[in-house]
Amino acid sequence: MKNFFKIIILSLIIMCGYKSAYSAEKVEYLKTHWSFKGLFGKFDRASLQRGYQVYTEVCSSCHSMKYLSYRNLAEDGGPEFSIDQAKAIAASFEVKDGPNSDGDMFTRPGKLSDKFVMPYDNVKAAQAANGGAYPPDMSVLVKARGGGVDYIYSLLQGYEEPPAGMKLDDGVYYNKYMYGNKIKMSNQLSDGLVEYGDGTTATVEQMSKDVTTFLMWAAEPHLESRHRMGFKAIIYLIILTVLVYFSMKKIWSGIETKI
Amino acid sequence: MSDHEYTPKSKFGKWFNDRLPLLTLASHLTDYPTPKNLNYWWTFGGILTFCLLTQIITGLVLAMHYIAHADMAFDSVEHIMRDVNYGWLIRYIHANGASMFFLAVYIHIFRSLFYGSYKSPREVIWIIGIIIYLLMMAAAFLGYVLPWGQMSFWGATVITNLFSAIPLVGEGIVTWLWGGYSVDNPTLTRFFTLHYLIPFLILGLVVLHIWALHVPGNNNPVGIDIQKPSKDTVPFHPYIVIKDGFALLMFMIVFAFFVFYTPNILGHADNYIEANPLVTPAHIVPEWYLLPFYAILRSVPDKLLGVIAMLSAILILAALPWLDTSKIRSAVFRPLYRQFYWILVADVLILGYVGAMPAEGLYLLIARVATAYYFIHFLVILPILGFKEKTLPVPLSITEPVLGGSPNLAGARIKNKKNL
Repeated sequence: MKNFFKIIILSLIIMCGYKSAYSAEKVEYLKTHWSFKGLFGKFDRASLQRGYQVYTEVCSSCHSMKYLSYRNLAEDGGPEFSIDQAKAIAASFEVKDGPNSDGDMFTRPGKLSDKFVMPYDNVKAAQAANGGAYPPDMSVLVKARGGGVDYIYSLLQGYEEPPAGMKLDDGVYYNKYMYGNKIKMSNQLSDGLVEYGDGTTATVEQMSKDVTTFLMWAAEPHLESRHRMGFKAIIYLIILTVLVYFSMKKIWSGIETKI
Repeated sequence: MSDHEYTPKSKFGKWFNDRLPLLTLASHLTDYPTPKNLNYWWTFGGILTFCLLTQIITGLVLAMHYIAHADMAFDSVEHIMRDVNYGWLIRYIHANGASMFFLAVYIHIFRSLFYGSYKSPREVIWIIGIIIYLLMMAAAFLGYVLPWGQMSFWGATVITNLFSAIPLVGEGIVTWLWGGYSVDNPTLTRFFTLHYLIPFLILGLVVLHIWALHVPGNNNPVGIDIQKPSKDTVPFHPYIVIKDGFALLMFMIVFAFFVFYTPNILGHADNYIEANPLVTPAHIVPEWYLLPFYAILRSVPDKLLGVIAMLSAILILAALPWLDTSKIRSAVFRPLYRQFYWILVADVLILGYVGAMPAEGLYLLIARVATAYYFIHFLVILPILGFKEKTLPVPLSITEPVLGGSPNLAGARIKNKKNL
């Protein structure tokens, strides 16, 4: 039995060891406390709402979020805007719809069921407007980067003067957390850039944290129910395992083999 | 194994059983005499059956929502994650289930290697097992392509390109596999079809695997045949059922932890970027369970020879019952083999590690040495060991080590208590 545990634990270490071997380039990311980590991790509601504000006012002019709908903003486990707030948010966007009965396309105010309006019509248009670099869709961005939230959080604050001797082309910026240190997005955040409705001071650090939290939710909208269900499932399994263990002891008690 | 006659009690049962002896089969399965000294390494057969069924059931649900089209596959996976009720749960179980499946199968295979379960009269069980393992790798690879992320696309490109190493017809075969001149929509749809088919082939082979097992019966930690069924064995139900159930539950706790708390840790971040034929990822790496073979493939400088080496690394296992010349099954009584066994385990782990690293410099050198050792173990060490090794005295029956105090076993016991 002891061996059994040992090998299971060993294999898990190996499995995860292989995993960490993937990410060869080790960079020390900036650290902060994420409320959504851990066994009972939940999103900070206010941070999500502020993060949405940063996304809309700053990021969304270049970055799309094609898998999100306005209804998601009012759903459980998310920013949890009220339905009316979410409706108002949706209505503040112009959505292209159609064709109508005349065969014409038309624009109308957004509805809850609409996907987030995209800044560009297509990838080519996005590239043309951004010096050839496509601003990646941010719906699952956190999961699509090795460092996850820590990486995004650090990157937003990682703009520096390039070290002496490094020549940067036009439209290329130095960022100490970017792979290869060269990034085509200029520094977007500056203190006081947005005005938070809840009175929080909009420092670069605060905005980075809020928008990263928002991106985490966007990538994992069911994270909270996953954590809740996971805890219940594991407790249930542990209790059942203990019960089965004693049943097994009882059943095997007549057999001289140790179990 | 059990030749006992079974007669159903009810009249209908008898009528039915005479026409299709399902009840006789059920009775055989419940009464199946199992060595009572099986340790927890023997519970992984049941765990693997659970894994297969989990993959099939979650896979069926996923297939209802997934769209096998190059333009829609990635979107449909996100649709499952966001809008399908508990879609995230089903998908995370399926994705992590693949890793759990391989974790269990590796333990199962290495258990077999340690206790010599592949030896006569169990060669056919072993060979069916190797075929199942091959199909599992195929299914896992095909499944990894379906989300149509960057790693899906480029993994598919790298692996299918291996066939181009075949002389003369290689290029033609690759085009045929792709259904075009690159990995594209036709590739995705056929991969989906095959990914759906293979688990059912595995299921059929699992039935044969278990059938073949029930002919000679289980091997056991002592590695000797059952002398007296009444003394050495217990009926499968309830003894083994409850024990397998207990081990399965512990396995499920680990499984649940991955699914609920670190569902993406075993995947690659790049697979959350939609496939883009114009952008190659910095490192193309397979899933962790294929890394040792990937290392073998890359350690050979010639492409064709590399592919041959990788395939032989798996197929050599099928010849194992004849490569291992020792008459003694269990490593408990083979002091030298036991050491080589652990060296092989370390060797495979090293191969896995270098498989994840770039194939250059020291890593490449280590990969080459480890690859060479892998083949030397099976082709040189094992055949010679059977003749040279001085084995320890084997107990007379399964009951003996259980009760202890056998003069035959005293020497082996002290050292190997934990393996018995």
